[in-house]
Amino acid sequence: MEKRATFSSTTIGLLFALPMLVLIFVFFYWPSGQALYWAFTLEQPWGGGNTWVGLQNFRQLLSDPYYWGAISRSMVFGLGSTSIAMGVALLLALFTDREMRGHKAYRSVFIWPYAIAAPALGLAFRFILAPEAGFLSLINQIWPGLWNPALDGTDAMIAVIIAFSWKYVGYNFIFFLSALQSIPRSLIEAAAMDGSGPMRRMWDIQLPLLTPTLFFLLVINITESFQDSFGIVDIMTQGGPARATELMVYKIYFDGFKGLDYSGAAAQSIILMGLVVLLTIVQFRFVERRVHYK
Amino acid sequence: MNAKLIGAVGTFAVAALLAGPAAADKTKIDFWFGNSGDIAKRVQEQCERFNASQADYEVVCTSQGSYDASLQNTIAAFRAGQQPTIAQVSDAGTLDIMLSGAYYPANKLMTDMGYTVDWKDYFSGIANYYATSKGEMYSFPFNSSTALLYWNKDAFAKIGKDHAPATWEEAAADFKALKAAGYACPLGFNISRDEVWQLGEQFLAVHGEPIATRKNGYEGLDAELSFNKGKWVQFVRDLKGWYDNGEAVIKSKETGQTFIEAFANGDCQVILTSVGDHGNIGRTAKEGLNWDVAMLPVYEGTDRKSSFVGGASLWVLTGKSDAEYKGAAAFFDFIAKPEEALTWSTVTGYIPVRNSGFEYLNQQGFYKEAPYKGRELAIQSLTASPAEDPAPQGIRLGGLLQIRQEISNGLQAIFIKNEDVQASLDTAADRGNQILRKFEQTYAGKTLP
Repeated sequence: MEKRATFSSTTIGLLFALPMLVLIFVFFYWPSGQALYWAFTLEQPWGGGNTWVGLQNFRQLLSDPYYWGAISRSMVFGLGSTSIAMGVALLLALFTDREMRGHKAYRSVFIWPYAIAAPALGLAFRFILAPEAGFLSLINQIWPGLWNPALDGTDAMIAVIIAFSWKYVGYNFIFFLSALQSIPRSLIEAAAMDGSGPMRRMWDIQLPLLTPTLFFLLVINITESFQDSFGIVDIMTQGGPARATELMVYKIYFDGFKGLDYSGAAAQSIILMGLVVLLTIVQFRFVERRVHYK
Repeated sequence: MNAKLIGAVGTFAVAALLAGPAAADKTKIDFWFGNSGDIAKRVQEQCERFNASQADYEVVCTSQGSYDASLQNTIAAFRAGQQPTIAQVSDAGTLDIMLSGAYYPANKLMTDMGYTVDWKDYFSGIANYYATSKGEMYSFPFNSSTALLYWNKDAFAKIGKDHAPATWEEAAADFKALKAAGYACPLGFNISRDEVWQLGEQFLAVHGEPIATRKNGYEGLDAELSFNKGKWVQFVRDLKGWYDNGEAVIKSKETGQTFIEAFANGDCQVILTSVGDHGNIGRTAKEGLNWDVAMLPVYEGTDRKSSFVGGASLWVLTGKSDAEYKGAAAFFDFIAKPEEALTWSTVTGYIPVRNSGFEYLNQQGFYKEAPYKGRELAIQSLTASPAEDPAPQGIRLGGLLQIRQEISNGLQAIFIKNEDVQASLDTAADRGNQILRKFEQTYAGKTLP
């Protein structure tokens, strides 16, 4: 009989998984648990102790009409920026995939915006979109008062949506392009030989085969738009004018990091987390049905 | 968000471990502050001067980028047990640290370390802003400023005036005349969270009106906001009137030019801002810009009171060794020297915080020459009423930054969305009161020192 060293597969498996589990615990479960605990207490910022208040933090938030305003603004922001970021990226990817002139350059250039930190991005867009001094001030010279994100809430919302979408176009573009390039050329060539034009082929072959990527990016974009927008909002509008761009995540950032209201911010982040989870469930439940993975 | 907070704590813990055990015979102490840009450089120079002046201690000064970030980082580090010895805390964070018990009171520190400090030497307005209700100093006033009115002399000459408006009635007439003389922006202002203090808090201060009951919160955490009940409502109405007539214009980073830049560029003829900007405006003013400063105007028939000090003070945190506290005390002793006050006021726009420093600057003729002339008005404004005046001499409210945000939101609703003045200010006060009540509940059982 040949001797064999045997290992308990469970122990070895756990040992291999341990480093990752520790990382996930330290950077996700522990802080989330802490936030969950703080959400039910009133925490003194310097750590002098806290009091258990049950659901008070949540009750205060949910009975505040302005907080509901922030929730609906976050929805508008999420839907607006996701559709722009994905629509534009898909268009660019389809063009690049058709190997239009300069497509090699686009391929590497379009990812750059994603590498730019949100505050730097906000700073650049604040300048570009400033009504009196920026590039868009030209519009105001032709139609005075048409564009003013400093004093008009709708314009301010459009401005932050544009800035945020601009960042995510590059990210989405890379995914779309690689998905498009993994579509077998033979399919497209066959369709072309049958006489269908580029638009027909996009609509009937490429888009259906892209649905897994579309779905993945939809989930990611919606989630990110709820979480990653505070840097841009802080630099560009500070939530103003008159709360027009006060998104849920910006309020968390402001109340927690500037206002030292740790418990209020923790309760808000729990609500935000719940909302993102809910939206993701909805997407998996209703949108994923239309996705063809094979 | 919390992942970030914990992450920040972790980063600081690691940074502190790496930076900590430098083998040296000098005692190293950390000093974290929030100023950035030019002011940060000046603080750094002050630290270097202290390090060069003696051989026992070395202060390591680190800018954290802004007051908010500095406070946030200090708290995170404190909770991780890696706090600096000295931390700068701005006016808005004062009450939180005062209730935290996380500090070594400044007056006790200096006595324990064998220094005698003449606390009466501090300007009363400055001392009172940071002192406890019993007048004890728990922190050292550091960079101090107050609001002044900046005016363009040439523009005023065009409307036949050689002095700045002393009353708001006079100012209203001046704005009208400036507008009629073809100036597009007689008064430049902004109503964002960081720029409402000169319009609100300072206005209430010089008019001797409370921003909140219980002496602006000095007498207890149960204070309630009352800024929506006095002369300030009239001021907001007037300001809105000037705004509607194009005599006052909102200038901000979002519109493309802050009101300070607009003034330095000659585009706006009057602004209200900190004396701390005096140096900056002097350096960046358009060539030939003929300008000066004046105290904030008051309404006719008002008995002018002291304005409030803005800026920040230095706190010593608990949990450090005796040697480090000795170093901190030596540093405070150093920066209190009149010569330091002179250098500090020369290179920044900040004012000396002590009488002796001010007198020393006067002896040196500091306020007589062009670039610094006018800054003495800040002292005059801060000391307009005597120390024992019953009017509030500071603001001691929890969540002050959030309250400023509410006020700013209220003003934006009035100016941008044309909402009713009284109703908007009432809403701002109501929402501010909710913040105060929550703060009171957070610190239930603690008494205000």
